[in-house]
Amino acid sequence: MKHTLAVLVENKPGVLTHISGLISRRAFNIESIAAGYTEEPDMTRITIVVEADDEYELEQVVNQLSKLIDVIKIIDLTGQDRVHRELALIKVTAAPENRAEIVNIVEIFRAHIVDVNKETMIVELTGEEMKIDAMCELLEDYGIREIVRTGRIAIGRGPISAKEV
Amino acid sequence: MKMTGAQAVIECLKREGVEVVFGYPGGAVLTLYDELYMANFPHILPKHEQGAIHAADGYARATGKVGVCIATSGPGATNLITGIATAYMDSIPVVVITGQVAVSLIGRDSFQEADIRGITTPITKHNYLIKDVKDLPKAMKEAFHIARSGRPGPVLVDISKNVFAAELDFEYPQAISLRGYNPVYEGDPDSVDAVYKELLKAEKPLFFVGGGVNLSDTSEIMRKIIAYTGIPTVTSLMGLGCIAEDDPNYFGMIGMHGTYAGNLSTTETDLLIGLGVRFDDRVTGLLNEFAAKAKIVHFDIDAAEVNKNVRSHIKVIGNLEWSLDQLYRKIKERPDTEWKEQYRPWKEKMVTWMKEKPLVYNKETQRILPQAVIEKISEITRGNAVIVTDVGQHQMWTAQFYQFKQPRSFLTSGGLGTMGYGLPAAMGAQVGTPGKKVICICGDGGFMMNCQELMAVADLNLPVKVIILNNGYLGMVAQWQRTFYNQHYAHSCIKTKTDFVKLSEAMGVPAIRLENKEDLETALEKVIASDSPYLVDIRIPEDEDVLPMVPSGARLDQMIMGG
Repeated sequence: MKHTLAVLVENKPGVLTHISGLISRRAFNIESIAAGYTEEPDMTRITIVVEADDEYELEQVVNQLSKLIDVIKIIDLTGQDRVHRELALIKVTAAPENRAEIVNIVEIFRAHIVDVNKETMIVELTGEEMKIDAMCELLEDYGIREIVRTGRIAIGRGPISAKEV
Repeated sequence: MKMTGAQAVIECLKREGVEVVFGYPGGAVLTLYDELYMANFPHILPKHEQGAIHAADGYARATGKVGVCIATSGPGATNLITGIATAYMDSIPVVVITGQVAVSLIGRDSFQEADIRGITTPITKHNYLIKDVKDLPKAMKEAFHIARSGRPGPVLVDISKNVFAAELDFEYPQAISLRGYNPVYEGDPDSVDAVYKELLKAEKPLFFVGGGVNLSDTSEIMRKIIAYTGIPTVTSLMGLGCIAEDDPNYFGMIGMHGTYAGNLSTTETDLLIGLGVRFDDRVTGLLNEFAAKAKIVHFDIDAAEVNKNVRSHIKVIGNLEWSLDQLYRKIKERPDTEWKEQYRPWKEKMVTWMKEKPLVYNKETQRILPQAVIEKISEITRGNAVIVTDVGQHQMWTAQFYQFKQPRSFLTSGGLGTMGYGLPAAMGAQVGTPGKKVICICGDGGFMMNCQELMAVADLNLPVKVIILNNGYLGMVAQWQRTFYNQHYAHSCIKTKTDFVKLSEAMGVPAIRLENKEDLETALEKVIASDSPYLVDIRIPEDEDVLPMVPSGARLDQMIMGG
């Protein structure tokens, strides 16, 4: 089962190395990892999507990560009411005769075209992973040149923030 | 107070109560060494950086204080890796200070540059790279705090060369504020109550004692609980000494080379209570059949240890000082006679097992058998020495046949299994406990891995005794080859028969060779009584096996027995 963890860490050099090193050393199955600044300048938030077979495996991931000195807090957002999103940038072949169709697809998915040239377009899409997968599948017919995805970020609904949990 | 970074390091060491450092100078730490020189700070110079880190580790194990080790950048730092990993696996509090190339040179593959912070990330509890002198006092304070608190471990502070020379207005932080590090000392009292309830129900409880009891200095309260209830007790390799070997409730070490009674008891117990143990594969054997009939209780300060290898039914997270005290209070609510009566049949069963198949070896032979050597050393020292081993057969024979009485009296590389650990660790232990007899027992293979430290022992005239159980083989490797690899002794025979007596004397340590059984007792008595360092090269048969043995991956009661 996939679990989404919000990991609050000190905003210091080397923290990501510690985290990624631990994940690989303990052979945890990580699907994605996304890090960025937060509302507090000395704190970074990392969203980790981890595949765990059972509660013990998940417990190990959480406990081992928690042991890192610079990890302040870990919240499992999996069971909670939450919003999760991923951003993808997709460079798709856009021959003149296909452009209208691509624009149509982009509109249906509420994506944006952020760059156009004679041969290709870049589509920006935000959403849950399945939505991005679905759009990629459609765009494949035209020829996808390259895709870049951020990995999932997630936030709990309601007034309480993760650091207060 | 204005001072340089180098002076600040020394000031921090003083504030942390550091009495001695083990180190090796070099380019990036020259400024620091200049200050050590001027401050006349106690410093021990081993002959290899690996010796420095093992010595700091041995010092920490023997004393309970934080061991401190210094090395220069690049190769100096990378030579520490094995020792840092050794300390990490056995949760030993060590602070490692390494020099780094100047900030302006970092990342340019400069002379003697190595990313020691990156390299040591998986084998340290925490690590730092100090590029600005302002960050130095806080990092040092945190390093010592992290190393010694919670589950102890090594912490590395890598300091750029220019930082040592830079000036700062020194102020040592009073308090520590680490948002992400709050070890649980007092856990959930309900968890202890749950253990109590299980004890009331249990018929065949078993205490399984590990290194955590040594590290937390809680053997006294643990012994009280055992004495009060009469619960049979076994230990891991790292738990040796926590309970006296002659305690009537003690049934030996369990695991690959554990006792028959001990190993059998794990398959029969209905309540296994682990105290500061990791359930390492060498101790559990076939994992999913380990203590299969038992409810498992796990006492540990590190929540991540619970359910890592063995699934526990009850976890008691917190310092053993707290949890064992709670447990002791609980069990005293019931008279000791009732506890003892409840577990009497179980204990009698274990006593029978112990009598049926004790640890044995051939006492009739005219050759010197290693087990006899250990028993003799145990007798002469009356179990009161600090015994340090290397890794291999001699380590297991020591674990089996030395009659340990005290915690912190058996120093060995249990988790990592580091050959070459013994001699430098013994040196550190002797520095830390000058009044004690420190005896290093090693094999002829492992001894050579750090034999250069005889020079350091001689330099300081440390009365360390080195006993080499010399069989001309990498004994444990040869035993496995004999047992599991069709007697293909692939590179386990040490062809050159080095004259260890000459080698030792050349390095300034007096030495003798023992080949006759009748000389054993008098020679060992003389050596152990001596106030100077000594090396004894003892020739033992090349085909003696460590038994019993549970083959790798077998269940603990599937032992190959000896005798």
